[in-house]
Amino acid sequence: MRRAGWVLLALVALAAAGAPWLAPNPPDVRFDDLLYAPPTPVRVLDGGLRAPFVRPLRVVSRVERRFEEADRRVPLRWLTGGTLVTAAPDDGAPLLVLGADGYGRDIFSRLLYGARTTIGLALLATVLASLAGALVGGAAGYAGGWLDGVLSRLSELVLVLPGVYVALALRAVLPLVLPAPVIFAVLLGIFALLGWPIVARGVRAIVLAERERDYVLAARAAGAGPVRLLAVHLLPAAGGHVAAQATLLLPAFILAEATLSYVGLGFPATTPTWGTMLQDAANVALLGDAPWTLVPAVAIFVVVLGVNLAVQGSGRAPVQLDR
Amino acid sequence: MARFLARRLLFACVLVLAVSSAALLLTRLAPGDVTAQLGAFAPREEVERTRARFGLDEGPLAQWGGWLARAARLDFGDSFLYNRPVGPLVLRAAGNTAMLGLTALALATLAGVPLGIFTGSRRGGTLPGLVRAVSLACLSLPPLLTSLAFVFVAARTGWLPAGGMTTPGAADAGWGAWVADVAWHMPLPALALALPVAATLERLQAQSMGEVAGEPFLLAAAARGLSRRRLVLRHAWPVAVRPVCAVYGLVIGALLSGSFIVEYVTAWPGLGRLMYEALVARDIYLVAACAATGGSLLAVGTFVGDVLLVAADPRVREV
Repeated sequence: MRRAGWVLLALVALAAAGAPWLAPNPPDVRFDDLLYAPPTPVRVLDGGLRAPFVRPLRVVSRVERRFEEADRRVPLRWLTGGTLVTAAPDDGAPLLVLGADGYGRDIFSRLLYGARTTIGLALLATVLASLAGALVGGAAGYAGGWLDGVLSRLSELVLVLPGVYVALALRAVLPLVLPAPVIFAVLLGIFALLGWPIVARGVRAIVLAERERDYVLAARAAGAGPVRLLAVHLLPAAGGHVAAQATLLLPAFILAEATLSYVGLGFPATTPTWGTMLQDAANVALLGDAPWTLVPAVAIFVVVLGVNLAVQGSGRAPVQLDR
Repeated sequence: MARFLARRLLFACVLVLAVSSAALLLTRLAPGDVTAQLGAFAPREEVERTRARFGLDEGPLAQWGGWLARAARLDFGDSFLYNRPVGPLVLRAAGNTAMLGLTALALATLAGVPLGIFTGSRRGGTLPGLVRAVSLACLSLPPLLTSLAFVFVAARTGWLPAGGMTTPGAADAGWGAWVADVAWHMPLPALALALPVAATLERLQAQSMGEVAGEPFLLAAAARGLSRRRLVLRHAWPVAVRPVCAVYGLVIGALLSGSFIVEYVTAWPGLGRLMYEALVARDIYLVAACAATGGSLLAVGTFVGDVLLVAADPRVREV
């Protein structure tokens, strides 16, 4: 089970890293005739076995979103133009592995590029929150006294608030329209702000317990200052805890990005992320006919499941309350 | 124990005050204000009048002070979006959210705890394994995903309404028809909200049942020849339920968090949706009132969680 989790995560990471090579079409090219087009079937049979080919789609009714396959074979082109496989996007026969969205863009390509933004943001935020949490928790546990009191109350306050609402409020009070790189930085900051106390609380407790141990006293007697004590002796003792909390933060951040972008407070709709892609699924009238717009939700599920399986039995509580 | 609960009550009051004040000040300091809703060509006098009505002509701190003074007399200001006092608006939305949250909590408890007892009191077997696997999958299905999936199924099959809390016009048919209509719209969002929580409770209950199973007092009870049913339900479970009670405070927070996206996806007219609208429109008093009400719901939830904790584990009473 644990291995299955790691395999899932590795596959997702590879797909994200190899996005430019794996994506059959550029993520922002619109095929204007193929709005909400279904996934392109790849065929090998046409009066005998052939090399894999697709048939161009022709729109029959724009209103009903009905399409018809033309009676023409377009063979798949492998390893051309820097992509693994593609069809003939210029010839009206793009390879849409997972269908097209409401603007006629390739969902599979957007999913791959979106993984880079969504997972990249979540990973960075996790690292940032873990670092901040370890530093604050370490300082609070080591120093004690009023500093500990202030930092502990502060982290308790952040912990008790429902994270979604705080993220929503912090994001909403900034200008509503911002360019994508600014949004990336803003969300990174908000996520780190919400995530650090989860790490800090445990680190503080561990540092508090460890600092009276003999090995720490010995290091202090040998003349180690507070910085060296924390960096070399105390924080490494809390490493396992930080890692365990990070596995909680990563899925929560992926979800937070998706939630904020879904409600229109995250990345601009032109930037492919898993959250902005889900906006297409918000149209209930179309959702029933175009289930492929839910693909990003499946991707989120796969990543969260991967993390949950990978950390199974590693001492992490099974409690997954995304706060 | 009284001291423990009193401290929690005080914390709750501070929480509500801090959250609503922060919301008010944040909205006030945000770029843009509610007059943007009037449009770019609104006459100057109207803009001035609106600014005065929503206290935007005062300094932020003066506005905060005035709001606090009026809030103490239960006057929470007007909403621009709805053009009426925020109190009734927010209370109604909070009622809808609470209704959804409580239904989800009941569903999650009724499904999660018995299933947890079932899987936790058995070593192997196909059925417990199946429940465990489903539960693990559901843990990875946060409310955003479940609500989208359920809305998709509803849109595809028409088994349940895909959104909203009532059918327009249903309330005209009387009180009973309204209840039936809400009950018809309830299963989808409530299930979407309850599923991950049910999985959490199931895993937690199963884990604690497994831990209790090794205790000597159970061995002694088994040696007395008690039936398996009695052993599990009367002897093991009362001890194993403690970690589950302890997590209820967290669960209520998670339900409140999760209800935002469920309300948004399924168009449930609750507090989350209202707060979102208010935030985007910079409807300042509505934001503050939503934050205060959300904070109160959270405080009540954590308070109930604490009471449960005290009831379940006598050791807390000594704190």
